[in-house]
Amino acid sequence: MARTIGDVILDLQNISLSFGGVKALTNISFNVRQGEIRSIIGPNGAGKSSMLNVINGVYHPQEGRIIFMGKERRKMNPHEAAAQGIARTFQNIALFKGMTVLDNIMTGRNLMMKRNFLWNALYWGPAQRDEIAHRKRVEEIIDFLEIQHIRKVPVGRLPYGLQKRVELARALAAEPKLLLLDEPMAGMNVEEKQDMCRFILDVNEQWGTTIVLIEHDMGVVMDISDRVVVLDYGRKIGDGLPNEVKNDPEVIKAYLGAVY
Amino acid sequence: MTIVRGEAAPPLPAGLDTFPRLLRHHAAVRGAKAAIREKEYGIWQTYTWADYYRTARAIACGLAELGFKRGDRLAIIGDNRPRLYMSIAACQMLGGIPVMLYQDAIAEEIAFVLQDAEIKVAIVEDQEQVDKLLETLASTPSLEKIVYDDPRGMLHYDQPQLMGLDELVAAGEIHDRNQPDFLNKEIEKGSTDDVSVMLYTSGTTGKPKGVCQTHRAFIFAANGGIHFDRLTDREEILSYLPMAWVGDHLFSYAQSLVAGFAINCPESSDTVMTDLREIGPTYYFAPPRIFEGLLTQVMIRMEDASAIKRKLFDYFMAVARRCGAEILEKRPVSLKDRLLYALGEVLIYGPLRNVLGMSRIRVAYTAGAAIGPDLFKFFRSIGINLKQLYGQTETCAYVCLQPDSEIKLDAVGRPAPGVEIKIAENGEIRVRGPMTLQSYYRRPDATAEAFDEEGFFMTGDAGYIGEDGQLRIIDRAKDVGKLNDGTLFAPNYIENKLKFFPQIKEAVAFGNERDYVAAFINIDLDAVGNWAERRGLAYSGYTDLAQKAEVYALIAECVAKVNADLETDPMMKGARIRRFLILHKELDADDGELTRTRKVRRRFIAEKYAPLVTALYSDVTEQYIETEVKFEDGRSGKIAATVRIADA
Repeated sequence: MARTIGDVILDLQNISLSFGGVKALTNISFNVRQGEIRSIIGPNGAGKSSMLNVINGVYHPQEGRIIFMGKERRKMNPHEAAAQGIARTFQNIALFKGMTVLDNIMTGRNLMMKRNFLWNALYWGPAQRDEIAHRKRVEEIIDFLEIQHIRKVPVGRLPYGLQKRVELARALAAEPKLLLLDEPMAGMNVEEKQDMCRFILDVNEQWGTTIVLIEHDMGVVMDISDRVVVLDYGRKIGDGLPNEVKNDPEVIKAYLGAVY
Repeated sequence: MTIVRGEAAPPLPAGLDTFPRLLRHHAAVRGAKAAIREKEYGIWQTYTWADYYRTARAIACGLAELGFKRGDRLAIIGDNRPRLYMSIAACQMLGGIPVMLYQDAIAEEIAFVLQDAEIKVAIVEDQEQVDKLLETLASTPSLEKIVYDDPRGMLHYDQPQLMGLDELVAAGEIHDRNQPDFLNKEIEKGSTDDVSVMLYTSGTTGKPKGVCQTHRAFIFAANGGIHFDRLTDREEILSYLPMAWVGDHLFSYAQSLVAGFAINCPESSDTVMTDLREIGPTYYFAPPRIFEGLLTQVMIRMEDASAIKRKLFDYFMAVARRCGAEILEKRPVSLKDRLLYALGEVLIYGPLRNVLGMSRIRVAYTAGAAIGPDLFKFFRSIGINLKQLYGQTETCAYVCLQPDSEIKLDAVGRPAPGVEIKIAENGEIRVRGPMTLQSYYRRPDATAEAFDEEGFFMTGDAGYIGEDGQLRIIDRAKDVGKLNDGTLFAPNYIENKLKFFPQIKEAVAFGNERDYVAAFINIDLDAVGNWAERRGLAYSGYTDLAQKAEVYALIAECVAKVNADLETDPMMKGARIRRFLILHKELDADDGELTRTRKVRRRFIAEKYAPLVTALYSDVTEQYIETEVKFEDGRSGKIAATVRIADA
């Protein structure tokens, strides 16, 4: 059974973003298809994280159109983006350090918890049934990412590689249609990277989650991506299959810095 | 040669002379009670005896549809999972022979067993095992079908050999519904003298051999143990040791099916400690290294505890050392000690047992290697009924058991009910009884060599029976040698003494036909690492830490203590360790240096590290060596180091 890549789920057209006089992104267009792993690469300061922030509504581009799931999107804050099914992880881990792994992942379900706080304060009844259903889903993710042994451990006590995995778990708890990963492998050793790669591939295969990721490790990017966008100084300088991008002279010049 | 006999064997359950019949019986009489639990999605999920029987039937019918017939061999590879245990029963229902493999074995080890046993169908846990089997497919032509339990990550595999266990069970259920007589007849055809299982020896000296055991043998061994320790159908055990190991097969499969008690499968290998606490087993089994790990954890945590707690702990542990074991054995103890112990029970021992998940333990066994005196005493003194047993794959791990009232550190117990033991002239322990192996698979030569003319199985272990009637093990008979001056050299004995120190993880002693005894040592990275951190000693990894002068000094102290100990032993007096070195890499089963049950492959190590052995028997103080290592993903690389050699 082959993996199916569907229609365009996210279409970015002529996006430009500037902060005062600084142009972060200039006239960038690319799209993401249903079920694919799409990577954004580029040297430091190329605008990769800005691009991700545009997608999930942290920044609002001055120009350009964003079409998500067939609908043009107007100005939107991250909360609304999350409600539409966009989840993300961060370059610098953004977990609640004092809370357990389980509680952290449960926060990922927040948007789906329908009962108000009064029901929750009452505990019994519908709120409890909800909680059990959510917990079940969270346990499936814990099982999937093989973090059963740290379920009750406060996040702050975990090594870095595991914290990254917990962050991925929290993003998955929101059952996203589109998952944004900001350098999921930064600062990891080879073994941790291999594990993370496998989890990303498994998430994509098993649940068909569409993934956009930023990554510096070229080996990883070339191995797991379906298509790659290359940014440099806020401009798009390449877009295509990993192999095409790898052999594009302009990309090599800008990003890899190698003599060709 | 006198034969020592255990008490009379208890009667076997009537009419229940094969495992499938036992399973059918439990499904009928205690169908709604728990048989297997597994922690999944954070909750203990229960399979009743009725579920166990029904699913085993479905797997059996599914296997039959694949063309699996009486006498065929089924490989089972994976962690302890309910459906893998059910697969053993399923295979036996059809008269097939289940063959369990170590789940951490590398592809070529697995290929050897698949070829040797001519495996047709394999039921495996997950993608990891499937990958290994696919890798060896070219060299294992008999393998027709690979059935996987966990479908995760398997979506894009399209090899025709692959099949999900869910699919197999579904097909089997339909088959069973349409023609229920088929399987009933198959179960009736089974005989108690059929081979019920094949377990491979660990292969310390050569290629592993398949040990064929009958239903009769394992039911006899299970039944004897159950009566000996008065086990009931209310026991709870945690099944966390490899399924390929004879101990797990005896405790988690055979005894559970004979007594009808529940087994519990941990969530993952990393959660065993938590799972142990949640289950609170009443009956427990572990090799010494697990008990060692538990004690190390307790000690490390105590070092981080507040001063008051530490004082309390130290005080009451001293009380426990003085009188804990005596109280457990119901021997006379002064009133003062009795009262102090009772107070300690409330403040320390009870809570400690609770943390260890051992509050409910009635019987705990250790075997597989010698256990350190301090370790053994520690667990007994806090009120855990830890005992020793002796046995091997060829005897269903059932030769000697220690009775509750006669616990000795240096002995392994009396002959178990229905077992006969004699000591041959060369000191070898020989045993006879229904639990000895039927044969080594397709090795009539090896089978014939394993028994003497009176039908005793030759264990290959040297030992003697003390005046108290308990058996004592000296060493593997083959390993026992002599120094050039004629002194007895028992390498295992010396290695065990070294390994009793928490800082030493493995040791290999040399000395046969040499002038003196010398040893390779592996430090325990956790224990020595912790020690180094407390002293502000910086190190980058195992190799670096192992070669530090401070660490050599630490190990030299341990060696000196062992030597002092050897001096007091009249037989071992001249066998003191003169020189030792700390190996630059940890001995590893993946590199063939240890067996999967972590026994050292002495000869292999001596050849592999020949330059180091030579250096031990010269006056050099360091030696350069390059060694090939295998990484977990199967690639190999080289480690080079200059190893110091120290005089002890």
